[in-house]
Amino acid sequence: MSRDILKELRAGEISSLEVIDAIIEAAQDDVFNAFVSLVDPSELREQARGADRAREAGEARPLEGWPVAIKDNICTRNLTTTAGSKILEDFESPYEATAVQRLRDAGAIVVGKTNLDEFGMGSSSETSHIGPVRNPADPDRVAGGSSGGSAAALAAELALGALGSDTGGSVRQPASHCGVVGLKPTYGRVSRNGLIAYASSLDQIGPMASTVEGCARLFDAIAGHDDRDATSLAVEPAGPGCADVLSEGVDGMTVGLPEEYLGEASRLDPQVRSRVEAAIEALEEAGAETTSVSLPHTEYAVATYYLIATAEASSNLARYDGVRFGRRAEDADDLAELYKKSRAEGFGDEVKRRIILGTYVLSAGYYEAYYEKAQKVRTLIRRDFESAFEEVDALVAPVAPTPAWTLGEKRDDPLEMYLEDIFTTSANLAGIPAMSVPSGTTDQGLPVGTQLLGPALSEPVLFRLAQKIFEQCNDEASGRG
Amino acid sequence: MSIAKTEVEKVARLARLEVEEKRAEKLVDELDSVLEYVGKLDELDTDDVEPTTHPVAAEHTGRDDEVNEGLTVEQVVGHAPDQQDGQFRVPKVVDE
Repeated sequence: MSRDILKELRAGEISSLEVIDAIIEAAQDDVFNAFVSLVDPSELREQARGADRAREAGEARPLEGWPVAIKDNICTRNLTTTAGSKILEDFESPYEATAVQRLRDAGAIVVGKTNLDEFGMGSSSETSHIGPVRNPADPDRVAGGSSGGSAAALAAELALGALGSDTGGSVRQPASHCGVVGLKPTYGRVSRNGLIAYASSLDQIGPMASTVEGCARLFDAIAGHDDRDATSLAVEPAGPGCADVLSEGVDGMTVGLPEEYLGEASRLDPQVRSRVEAAIEALEEAGAETTSVSLPHTEYAVATYYLIATAEASSNLARYDGVRFGRRAEDADDLAELYKKSRAEGFGDEVKRRIILGTYVLSAGYYEAYYEKAQKVRTLIRRDFESAFEEVDALVAPVAPTPAWTLGEKRDDPLEMYLEDIFTTSANLAGIPAMSVPSGTTDQGLPVGTQLLGPALSEPVLFRLAQKIFEQCNDEASGRG
Repeated sequence: MSIAKTEVEKVARLARLEVEEKRAEKLVDELDSVLEYVGKLDELDTDDVEPTTHPVAAEHTGRDDEVNEGLTVEQVVGHAPDQQDGQFRVPKVVDE
C-alpha cells in the first residue's frame, strides 16, 4: 500500500474492501505484536462493503472506510479492552468511548485493539500482559510507548489511522520511534470518556496516522465538547478544521527553539539532533522565522511528572479490586485478602511500582514534600510556556533523546526509562498541544520525529508546521515516501 | 530522602497490594533512586507559588437534572467475577 491510499480511497481509485483485505492478510501473523485483539474478518469485509456502497451513492462521510486501530486502554463495545493488563484480560466494556464513537460516526472501520504498556505506564510498550511490541523499522527494537501498538500498526500498514493516549509522551514518542504522525491535543479538546484513567489531569486521547493529513482528519472527527467528560472544553475554535488549513503554509510564523531542548546540555543523540535541525531548516525555507527561547524549568519536568502521575494513578487504579469487574483471585478468605491478592496477581511490576510510589507521595507526612511540591513546580513549568508563547507561535524540539533502543535494554532501571520522557512530559503538565512529525531516519534507518508544541488550542498552527516538515523531510530521505 | 522497608510494607498495605518479601527489598532500592531523583525539586523556591491541580482553567460544568438513559443493572453487574440477584458477591465481611 502506498501513502496516498487515503486520497485513492476518496477518489474511488481503490475500494475499501481491497484495503481491508490487504490488512486482514497482513495482520494475520502480527509479527510486531501490534494488536491485542482483531475484529472478525467477515465483519470487517461487511463494513468495508458498506463503505464502498456509501461512496458509490455519493454519501461518503469524512472517514468513510478508513481502517483504524484503537489503543487497548480505550473502551470499545464488542471487543475486549484489556489495557494490556492481566487484571482486565477478559474485560468487555458495556459502552463505547466517545472518541471511538465519533470515528465510527465519521465512517471509520475499527480493525482491532492495539498493544501497549500496561495501563499506559511505560515508554517502550514492553510491559503488556501479551508481551512487547516490536518496531517495524527494526524488530529487535522497541516501538516506543506506551501507544507502541498503534504506532507499529501504522508503520506496518495494518491500519491507516489510530488512536493512542498520551499522559507523558505516550502518543508522540512511539510515533517518533516508528516514523508516524501523532498528536497530543490540548487538555480537554478530546473527550476522555471511555479512556481507562491513568493520570486524569494529564491524560489525553490523541490521533495517529501515517500522514499529517490523515492525523488532522482524525483529529477533526474526534475533537469537541462531550457532556460525558467533566473536563471537556466547552469552547469550539472558530474557522475550518485542521485538515483544511494544511496548505496555508508557515510564511510569517515565528517558531521558538528552546535552549534547554536543543542546547549542549540536553544530551541529545547527534543523529536525532541532525534530523531535528533538518526540520528547523525546512520551516525556515518555508518562510518561518526562528528565534531562541528559554524554558528554564525543563529539567524539573520528569520529576514533577512522575510525582503527579503516580499519585493520580494510585487513586485511579484503586477501582481494580476484584469485585466489580476484571480478575478476582481465588481462595481469599475475607474481603481484605481478596483485594490484596486480586491486585497482586493482576498488576505487573511497573504498575505496582507506580501505585506504591503514588500512595507514598500522597500519604500523611509526605504529601507536602512531594505531591504539593510537584503541583507548585507544575505551575512554574506552565508559566515557562506562557512566557515563551508571548514571543512565538510555536516551539520546535526533539521528541526523545535517542532513537528506538533494543528490546529489554532499559527494563531493569525504572529511572533510566523515566528519563526517556524528558522532552515530552512538559506538554502534559502544561495542558498544551504537542505533536510528533517524522523527520527522516538515522544512518541505521531508525525513524526520528520532531516535536512541535503550541499554546492551548493551537492545533491548526501545529498541523500547518507539521505539514511543511513532513513534505520536506520525508519524500527523499525515508524511502517509504 | 531514603525509604525504609517497613514504609514500603506500610504503603503496600494502604494500597491493598500484596508484596512478597524479596520484591519489597527490590522496591526499596528502586523507590530510593526515584525519590533521590525527584528530590531535585527542592532546589526550587516555591513558597509563593500556587499549586496547579488542573492544566486548564476549570469551570464547574453542570447539566439539567433530567433523567438520561444509562447502563442497565445487567450491564453494570454483568462484568463482576461473582454476582447474584443484580448484586456483587464478595467473601464474608463481618463475623457472625
